[in-house]
Amino acid sequence: MSEIPAGPGWSQNKLRLQNVSRTFQTPRGPLTALEDISLEIQEGEFLCVVGPSGCGKSTLLNLIAGLDRPTSGDIWKDSAPVDGPGTDRIVIFQELGLFPWLTVLENVEFGLRMQGVSKAQRREQSRRYLRMVHLSSFESSYVHQLSGGMKQRVALARSLVTEPDVLLMDEPFAALDAQTRDLLHEEMERIWAETRKTIVFVTHNVREAVRLGGRVIVLSFRPGRIKSQFTITLPRPRHLEDPELALTAREVLAQLKEEINKAVEEEFRHEENH
Amino acid sequence: MKRITRQLAFYLCLVAIWQVISDLHIWPPYLFPSPGSVLEALQTGFADRSFLIGIGISLKRIAVGYGLSVLLGIGLGFLIAASEFLEATLGGLVLSLQSLPSLCWLPLAVLWFGLSEKAIIFVVVMGSLLSVTINTQAGVRHVPKIYLMAGRNLGARGLLLFLYVLLPASQPHLVSGLKQGWAFAWRSLISGEMIFVSLGLGHLLMMGRDLNDMSQVVAVMAIIMAIGHIVDRLLFERLENRIRHKWGLVGAA
Ligand SMILES: Nc1ncnc2c1ncn2[C@@H]1O[C@H](COP(=O)(O)OP(=O)(O)OP(=O)(O)O)[C@@H](O)[C@H]1O
Ligand SMILES: [Mg+2]
Repeated sequence: MSEIPAGPGWSQNKLRLQNVSRTFQTPRGPLTALEDISLEIQEGEFLCVVGPSGCGKSTLLNLIAGLDRPTSGDIWKDSAPVDGPGTDRIVIFQELGLFPWLTVLENVEFGLRMQGVSKAQRREQSRRYLRMVHLSSFESSYVHQLSGGMKQRVALARSLVTEPDVLLMDEPFAALDAQTRDLLHEEMERIWAETRKTIVFVTHNVREAVRLGGRVIVLSFRPGRIKSQFTITLPRPRHLEDPELALTAREVLAQLKEEINKAVEEEFRHEENH
Repeated sequence: MKRITRQLAFYLCLVAIWQVISDLHIWPPYLFPSPGSVLEALQTGFADRSFLIGIGISLKRIAVGYGLSVLLGIGLGFLIAASEFLEATLGGLVLSLQSLPSLCWLPLAVLWFGLSEKAIIFVVVMGSLLSVTINTQAGVRHVPKIYLMAGRNLGARGLLLFLYVLLPASQPHLVSGLKQGWAFAWRSLISGEMIFVSLGLGHLLMMGRDLNDMSQVVAVMAIIMAIGHIVDRLLFERLENRIRHKWGLVGAA
């Protein structure tokens, strides 16, 4: 497996976040979702981010994608500052956001269409990615005709087709049954190995994080900071049932539990106040 | 298929009851015409081409008036939805104007445009423009933010984002707006023509009254209903169904 070179040489950094904070103005006053996040992500790294609900995981991905701007701090990609969205960094949203008015193939084509790629060429390219996620025979279906796992794979193909070098995935497999999720884990690992993309993968499932990631980051709850990091050196391919994997997962989980408890406490306090 | 036969049977029953009542001679025929005399009125109306001319004139007016409403209404709807300021000001005005029956615009129209074709088109536009606007605006407002995020993420911005994400994403509301706008436009036109009296189906209706020809009145009413219904069914309902199927908004039925 590819090992991260010792000493984070700045030229190999795909992404660099420096003291990034994001504060939202809400009716109940300012809410700091992320605070002082400094992070370097290597080219070809598979980074998993875990944290309790509401700690700012989606916010982090939106910031990297350029769909949202940090209140303070800087984000760099390939040593250029991130300024707005770009098809080099594609998000697979928690809610997917597949377009119901388009067929599967047209959904996958969308990014290329926006780039003005000719019809023949974008058809061909999109079909290649549909094959990659085993959905060729569903290219003329509409989104609502697909199962949850199939929708996930369409979203994956739609994101890959513009050949981004950074893939930002937001709890993509949260709503799936265990078998489908296992399959998609294998598929993700394969695609990652084939394309060597830099992946930031958000999940609240610690086992999933350890199963997929080369590194796992635990975010703290409100404000979201980097609480701890784990480098996962378990050999690939991995399986969710591997005993070593379970052991590592337990370590990560201990860290996460503390934050979840904080989140629950805050929820209680909030309820008492009302 | 089954639905059509059932509907046909229903209408035949209705005509049969009508026939029976008129056979009872409770009211004189000039107040309650029989189905036969209405059919006759239809035949003569089409034979001397007066109905055809009336239909042609009304259809031309509705095409112009409704066409204008659609263009202006969709444009205005997107414009209002695009800015919070316009939404608070112009949006409110549109809502309150919508409560005016379209005939209220007739005196204004006559003052501005005289007894001209423009005046009646104006009434049609005012009758349907606002409902197209309001529905367009609602359509834009109901577009889930995630589609815009996904669109931007995949490289759509500016005009591309509007054409390929915002516009199709507001389709379901847009079509309801067009459908509702059509119904309003058609009603406004006929009532306008009835008062304004310058050819068209509404005018034929009034002529029937002036001549005490109840059969003609009922015949013209049937034509007005038929046109309104056919456009609604053949055009808008099909469009709506197609979108609902595509989006998966229909139940299992
Ligand atoms: N546009 C916004 N306006 C105001 N507050 C926001 C906005 N977006 C996010 N937040 C707040 O920021 C915090 C972090 O949100 P975020 O969606 O990033 O959490 P998350 O870690 O992805 O949670 P989950 O696991 O439930 O998806 C939350 O408290 C949320 O309420
Ligand atoms: Mg989230």
